[in-house]
Amino acid sequence: MTDTAVFKDHDVDSTVRVKWWTSRVAIYGALILWSIICLFPIYWTLTTSFKLAPDVMRGNMVPWYDFMPRWKGWESLGISPRLIGEVSTVREEFLKRFWNSAIIATSASLLAVVLGSLAAYGLSRFNYRFGFMRNSDISFFFLSQMILPPVVLALPFLVLYRSLDLLDSQIGLILLYTLMVLPIVIWIMRDQFQGIPVELEEAALVDGLGIWGAFLQIVLPIALPGMVAAFILSLVLCWNEYFFAALLSSTNATTLPVMVASQTGSQGINWWSMAALSSAAILPLIVVAIVLEKYIIKGMAAGAVK
Amino acid sequence: MSAEGDLLHTVTADHISDARKRLGKAMVWGTALLCVGLALWQTAFELDHVSTGFANWRPVLYAYMLWATALCVAQVMVRGEAGKRTLFVLPAALFVISLVIFPLLFALYISFTDWNLASIQGPQPNGWDNMVQMWNDQFYWNALKNMVYYVLAVGVEYAIAFGLALLLNAQIRARKFFRVVFLLPLMLSPVAVSWMIGKSMLEVRFGPISRIVRELGFEPSFFGTPEMARFMIMAMDAWTFIPFMMIMLLAGLQALPREVIEASKVDGATGWQSFREVIFPLMLPVSVTAIVIRIIFKLKLADIIINVTSGGPGGATDSVTSFIFREYRDRSNVGYGTLLAMVYLVLIIIFVTLLLKLVSRWMERPA
Repeated sequence: MTDTAVFKDHDVDSTVRVKWWTSRVAIYGALILWSIICLFPIYWTLTTSFKLAPDVMRGNMVPWYDFMPRWKGWESLGISPRLIGEVSTVREEFLKRFWNSAIIATSASLLAVVLGSLAAYGLSRFNYRFGFMRNSDISFFFLSQMILPPVVLALPFLVLYRSLDLLDSQIGLILLYTLMVLPIVIWIMRDQFQGIPVELEEAALVDGLGIWGAFLQIVLPIALPGMVAAFILSLVLCWNEYFFAALLSSTNATTLPVMVASQTGSQGINWWSMAALSSAAILPLIVVAIVLEKYIIKGMAAGAVK
Repeated sequence: MSAEGDLLHTVTADHISDARKRLGKAMVWGTALLCVGLALWQTAFELDHVSTGFANWRPVLYAYMLWATALCVAQVMVRGEAGKRTLFVLPAALFVISLVIFPLLFALYISFTDWNLASIQGPQPNGWDNMVQMWNDQFYWNALKNMVYYVLAVGVEYAIAFGLALLLNAQIRARKFFRVVFLLPLMLSPVAVSWMIGKSMLEVRFGPISRIVRELGFEPSFFGTPEMARFMIMAMDAWTFIPFMMIMLLAGLQALPREVIEASKVDGATGWQSFREVIFPLMLPVSVTAIVIRIIFKLKLADIIINVTSGGPGGATDSVTSFIFREYRDRSNVGYGTLLAMVYLVLIIIFVTLLLKLVSRWMERPA
């Protein structure tokens, strides 16, 4: 393209055009392909929850076109227009699991965000010496918890909780989940606090606030979006956690993933009810993802770019 | 991290009376004594030296929490302004120490006993027996070997994630829509994924993917051969976790200086050249962070394996975590399982330390 000017109907111009179009087609083709890969399993689960046995066996895919949606799958959970007014033990059971998941995930995330934000703020502002440990050592100590595999803690905790009578209790799981997400929260929040200029707090101190006052009244409101991001990310991790819940809960404190897992083996070809259960387990987080996508991305991007 | 002195300077002009200091110290020591005393009493009760005691160890736990609170309060009472600063980190540190260090020490003890939850008598130390058993346990070594495969799969995931991040960073319409859609798999719990994909979509008779494979003229068998089963597990795990790497890489791409890329365009670099010579080297730090974190997550892989194949066929898909999970679930073998877990922890620490060392050395070298 060095000595040929680009005009409307020149040869070079049309090759540029073709090139542009092919790159567009390639980009959108790849985007749509991956969207299908991402969405199809979700679509499949949602539609299967409205199918009957013959629909499953014939492999019908499109509702109203080749099968009639029925509430059969959801009826097995006691959630359908027909059963919603009646008393249903299955629904009670399901709601109990759902409620467990919700309580455990939110409290663990809240606790982790509170503890983690405090620690991250302290580490980003002051110099500590605990014995031989300096700031970088303390940070490393917190972050290194991330590599701790759950199996190492699971069995000691099983024995420990048995003697503490915390087995199969919500508090027991909350403590463990907090421990699990704490390093991630500290990682995100340290990044947030380092981005806030110290001059703000210095001004607050001059105006007569203590360090805790400056933290609570000045820094916290600024860091709130970061905290929301850390909270949402922890929520997702806790909601989906299976390993600890499977080992440490049996009847009272079981969460949704444990319920889903316990049904997979027994149901056989009873796909509609499994699909309904799976849909119910994933729907809350799909809603969260769609509504709060900004925060999730913010949270995950926080530590990546320095 | 600042090297010397606090980033936020505070002037400490505290006049703390001796009485206040003494009270603070007394609080810590008093509650500590209470905690230790209760623990000793409970131990004596369980060993039948004392006739009365508590039904469980809860009271000791409460005493411990009281001690932790007293320790936090005493920081301010004894050290004033400096104590207030410590108060930021202390709760989290206490929390982690009491939930990690104590159980780890406990685990170290359990791992050298023959404790089986199903047997009536408690743990009996059995020296190196567990070690010997581990050394001869083909399935454990097999699981470790599988972990190597699983970790290597991160490379492929990285390539796909980078491609997707580049796509999302291109000039496209409806970017927000695609970003949300690409993020969705990460939101799903691995347990639900193992049913949605592993148990229904890959089901041999009625699963949609099996249908497609049959249309293409092959006989669908996704978990029949070891290689295929392992690949399927890798694919499902990749499906859920690719968005994670993708978002980190996307954030990195968006933080790249625009001028450098434009300059390379002005200099006449083609798309591929500017990617290879400019974008990729600039993205190295972000890539390394994403890969290291992904590997750390990968080392915990278990949920999908437990629920889809439970290690089969013949242990071909077992990860260390799922193997130990079954060791406990099926045989209640706490002592041996804990030893396996501790060995795994040591291996992980060595591996991750080496990885970080290698990465930092490699990154320091001028590109």
